Amino acid sequence: MRKPLSLVARTVCDLFAWFLIIFGVYVIIHGDVTPGGGFQGGAIVGSFMALLLVAHGGDRVLEWVKASIYWIMLFVGLMMFIGFGLRGIPEGAFFYNFLAVPHDVAKTMAHGLIPFSGTIGVMDIAVGIEVAGGLTVIILSMFRGIVLHDFADSRKETGHDG
Amino acid sequence: MSWSVHLPALMLAVPLFGAFSTPIVALGGRRARMIWSVLISSVLLVLSFCLLQYVATEGTAVYVMGGKAWNLTLPSGMAYPVRIILEVDSFNSFIAVIGCFASLAGVLFGLRFLDRFSGKIWYSALYFLLTAGMLGLILTGDLFNFFVFLEIASVSSFGLIAYWRDRPESIEASFKYMLVSQIAAMMVLLAIGFLYGRYNLLNMAAVGKVIQFGLAEKVALVFMITALAMKCGAFPMHMWMPDAYAEAPASVTVLLVVVSQASLVGLCRIVFSVFGSAIVGDVVPWALITLGMMSMFFGVSMAVVQHEVKRLMGYHSVSQVGYMLMAFGVGLLAMGDPRQMADFGMTSMKGGIFHMVNYVTYKGLLFLVAGALYYVTGTRDLDKMGGLAKRMPFTTFMFVIAAAAISGIPPFNGFVSKLLIYESSFAVHPALSVVALVTSILTLASFVKVFQTAFLGPEKKEFSKVKEVPASMVLGMAVLTVVILGLSLFPTWVVSHLVEPAATALVDKGAYIGAVLGGGI
Amino acid sequence: MANLPFVVVGLLFLMGLIAIIAENNLFKIAIGVGVMESAANMFLVVLGYRLKGDIPVKFLPGPVDVYVLPTPQALTLTAIVIALATSALMLSLIVMLYRHYGTLDVREIRRLRG
Repeated sequence: MRKPLSLVARTVCDLFAWFLIIFGVYVIIHGDVTPGGGFQGGAIVGSFMALLLVAHGGDRVLEWVKASIYWIMLFVGLMMFIGFGLRGIPEGAFFYNFLAVPHDVAKTMAHGLIPFSGTIGVMDIAVGIEVAGGLTVIILSMFRGIVLHDFADSRKETGHDG
Repeated sequence: MSWSVHLPALMLAVPLFGAFSTPIVALGGRRARMIWSVLISSVLLVLSFCLLQYVATEGTAVYVMGGKAWNLTLPSGMAYPVRIILEVDSFNSFIAVIGCFASLAGVLFGLRFLDRFSGKIWYSALYFLLTAGMLGLILTGDLFNFFVFLEIASVSSFGLIAYWRDRPESIEASFKYMLVSQIAAMMVLLAIGFLYGRYNLLNMAAVGKVIQFGLAEKVALVFMITALAMKCGAFPMHMWMPDAYAEAPASVTVLLVVVSQASLVGLCRIVFSVFGSAIVGDVVPWALITLGMMSMFFGVSMAVVQHEVKRLMGYHSVSQVGYMLMAFGVGLLAMGDPRQMADFGMTSMKGGIFHMVNYVTYKGLLFLVAGALYYVTGTRDLDKMGGLAKRMPFTTFMFVIAAAAISGIPPFNGFVSKLLIYESSFAVHPALSVVALVTSILTLASFVKVFQTAFLGPEKKEFSKVKEVPASMVLGMAVLTVVILGLSLFPTWVVSHLVEPAATALVDKGAYIGAVLGGGI
Repeated sequence: MANLPFVVVGLLFLMGLIAIIAENNLFKIAIGVGVMESAANMFLVVLGYRLKGDIPVKFLPGPVDVYVLPTPQALTLTAIVIALATSALMLSLIVMLYRHYGTLDVREIRRLRG
């Protein structure tokens, strides 16, 4: 698992890995009208890291990756989600869709295929960012734990006496 | 007035916000994290008191999530509600207040208890997620929302039970609990699917209005009762309870106790407010009574022979849940008949609800005392402890109060609730109250044993230099002691002002439905 | 014949439950939990199907008169997310159990008894 796979596998991975991100973002943004949405697109973006880990091996990927980016993505997504939820309270109820426009106005706002759905679309994007960051962190931690015999702080807990 | 209508949503939003922002606040250092967690817990407690008072003055409170107004349950003249609706009546708000007390006690206790261990940021975040899940279980009025919060609470508790990850027993306990919890959650999902497929409705009040007791509803009721009894720790499926309660850190165990009571709240909602008088026949009430009796007896008989402190208390949890199941079974038995209801039904409902509240307080205090013993001596084995009463006066005092309350000794609050349960179960069949009394006596016996072994007796030489636990841990235990003493010193006021409205609200299915469906603008 | 999906759901749920109860390898127990969760998700999706229905989006499929119900699809999505979180946690716990005990046999790891 620490060594990279053969040249064929690595080349195919290099060709497709970055397209995975674009496809994932497409699925996130078009969540209103096509099957998909926040979680599904986020999972697709998360599989980018899994593909890299399998094809290039743990040694090279773990010294290249900076896990702090993904932690920041995770918390930005969470904060956006709960922020938009709490923002709706003065106007109505919790999670109220305060950016919505009526249907006939939305038909004339030409965004291609996606109608403007107010906070639903924004929360889709927030959930997508958060799931992408979260799943990548999960995959990196599990990989470290399995292969390199290294939990993040795995010295024996000093608090137990018995 | 204008902001207090948003109270049910704020009770869910505040712990969620606390959980999401804890890792960001913790960048500011150790003190920032401690102050933030105590702040969030205290704000939550104040909000729950405001909610209790609001429901007592204004009646059942309804909150529509994401609607144009907070009470727009039937938008634009539709016949049934389409959004997720939180419904808070006197029963829910009372249990929510006690849950917030237990959460505050656990936070205060955990400030110094986990000093020597690592990963405290994630502990705080998961703790608030568990609190949010527990409050969501209690306050919700929608079947699928109930499932979602059940899973939020369960997944957070899987992580928290395995907190001491260098001990293999903790990981094993968390794994076993995970299997039982997932089976229970999938059965709940199947039952919700059955009810949705029949009526195309997910709101508890709307389903309660149109439900009839056909084959699919019987299957759904059986799945629900089995699954929620699994989560409470009733008899045949109680295997996970002693393990999980023993291996989790003490402040987490307090919240696990509240989560099992929140599942019991869910069970009461399903049986009384969704099904209610649609249940025909005596099979379901007698099944609940039998489960309760077997849990009581087997729980306490396994508890007497234990010699590890928290495992002993875990088995006692099984037997105490048996009391509540028996009380609610007797109440359900009397539901169809108004004369029987006035005779012993309302007494048993009051006894069951009061026992739920008492159980959270004295069981939480017992687990915190066991945690204090572990902090001071480094072991949980009773054979190795001895003679700690002189060195730890506060802890001993609180242990005596909690042990007297759980055994049902007057004048503590355990006595009042157990008396209500004995009276009502005697009217059904004398054998029920005989089993309950024998269980009480065996409970007293095992706690006398714990007191004798751990606190009295000759002092062991390896404990000659121990001191009392730190002040924040004493403060955490004192919060629960104050609640126990408050409930014990004013029993008549508590029963008539807090328990009686709760019992009336639980039994009255018409009022529950009317609050949601009679609403609108 | 119209009830065939529901019969399949029942069989899958039972197979998952038997796998959890009767298997000895920890990974097989985790797979049993996954099968059981898939059975519950499939039950929710099948509940929403209406004969000759089309996807429940307002203007994508063109002029139709019968839509499939969209609510069970939302319920299933939530259940899938929860199943993902649980399986991630379960697999991590299995890795740590292997680290401590050196074996994956569930009969060997029962240290908590009595």
